[in-house]
Amino acid sequence: MAIEKQQVLDWITAYAAELKANRDYLIQLDAAIGDADHGANMDRGFQAVLTKLPPVADKDIGTILKTVGMTLISTVGGASGPLYGTVFLQAATVAAAKDSLTEAELVSLFDAALKGVVARGKAELGDKTMIDAFAPAVAALRAAADGGASVGDALAQATAAAEQGMQATTPLVARKGRASYLGERSAGHQDPGATSTYLLFKSASKTLA
Amino acid sequence: MKKLINDPENVVREALEGIALAHVDQVKVALEPFVIYRADAPVQGKVALVSGGGSGHEPMHGGFVGYGMLDAACPGAVFTSPTPDQMLEATKLVNGGQGVLHIVKNYTGDVLNFEMAADLARAEGIEVEAVVTNDDVAVQDSLWTAGRRGVGVTVLAEKICGAAAQEGRSLKEVADLCRKVNDKGRSMGMALTSCVVPHVGKPTFDIGDDEMEIGIGIHGEPGRRRVKLAPADEIVEMLAEPILSDLPFKQGDSVLAFVNSMGGTPLIELYIVYRKLHEILTKHGITVARNLVGPYITSLEMAGTSITLLKLDDDMTKLWDAPVKTPGLRWGM
Repeated sequence: MAIEKQQVLDWITAYAAELKANRDYLIQLDAAIGDADHGANMDRGFQAVLTKLPPVADKDIGTILKTVGMTLISTVGGASGPLYGTVFLQAATVAAAKDSLTEAELVSLFDAALKGVVARGKAELGDKTMIDAFAPAVAALRAAADGGASVGDALAQATAAAEQGMQATTPLVARKGRASYLGERSAGHQDPGATSTYLLFKSASKTLA
Repeated sequence: MKKLINDPENVVREALEGIALAHVDQVKVALEPFVIYRADAPVQGKVALVSGGGSGHEPMHGGFVGYGMLDAACPGAVFTSPTPDQMLEATKLVNGGQGVLHIVKNYTGDVLNFEMAADLARAEGIEVEAVVTNDDVAVQDSLWTAGRRGVGVTVLAEKICGAAAQEGRSLKEVADLCRKVNDKGRSMGMALTSCVVPHVGKPTFDIGDDEMEIGIGIHGEPGRRRVKLAPADEIVEMLAEPILSDLPFKQGDSVLAFVNSMGGTPLIELYIVYRKLHEILTKHGITVARNLVGPYITSLEMAGTSITLLKLDDDMTKLWDAPVKTPGLRWGM
């Protein structure tokens, strides 16, 4: 079953709503180990995205995702701007000129996004970053899709893996980003970037299936 | 929490509008996107210097735009890195044909955004070099962390490299000089109270009336340790010793001693800090050849201080003394 362009637009809209609803929660997580700006920055960025979507809503999915990426790069700031901007710019390359996506293309899209974030941020699994939610989610998505699961089931499994990965950041000592300055004191706090990544998959699961 | 603001969402924009009005002879301010740049930019035939970072550290960086220092500064949201489109716009506005140096403090967001901006500028045919400052000895450096934070030495590098660019040195020479200043400088800070990010509205961290944070970062990031409040002289020793042993600074060295306010600490207390620092350096046989005392790299209203020592050579001393005319630093003209 193909994923239609309208579902992609719904995904972005749903993610913007999740970020707004979790704005203060993300700020609170970031205040513990960072600089208390993650929720405000992501919310500001996706509110800007919402204003940029209508003019490109009838274009191909690649153009829509590229618009999201470029808007995030110019409005979010911090580390999250280039990192989430890269997520959508890399996803856009897979979706270029397409008006719908197959399940296999959806897997490729998230895989390209993950590879882009790893290349830009140079973080590895276990560094207490968004990668700790993103990498297991993409692995679960691929495994489920390869095993014949529907898009809905595959995204549900990816979201569950992202949630587990997010929760597993709590005991970790940060090795990338501002939290790494705390050393051992970063342990005991859930990573805000892994949390916003979990919300990305949660929104996808609600809209792309 | 009381603040002298209108709307937290408009803090940076309204401050920029004020800067443009107050320093109309020295700087211009673009609001889409935010860039503070020299009123006479681009200066043809001169290497241009661009820096930037989150707002809330004033006068750094926007207050250092002008003759003999920065050509442009990109202010981000409070404590948030600016974005690549700002840095690209700044780079294009000030490019005088001799290339552009990006001076970047070592924070993940700043580094990532400046890397993207440098890629974009090079794609447009502008020669760009970037130097990352990382002078904060409070942070243990390692391959496995984001590395040391860029703090006080950034102010000194912007002054010294700005003078070098002003006298006509090449992009490579100015970039090498910037790396040298960073290599020869070390800093450490402390806080008595927290700061309050306007859109958050409450203190970034909780700290008792009888406590202080040693090794604080300029965004209120926790430092090395939380300890009981002590007299100023003891605090200065706690900051000076890790700095001195890190480079290390040695007997016979000549240094620039920079005592900075985190924003809330008044000048009278900074001079008490400077008095003790001077005594410690003299005891170690180190000559204080130059000094800078005041609020130059702040952290909103945080009370506290940071100390930066830079080991000087004749070239750096001459460039430090060269004329500068910016809203935040001015002498010789």
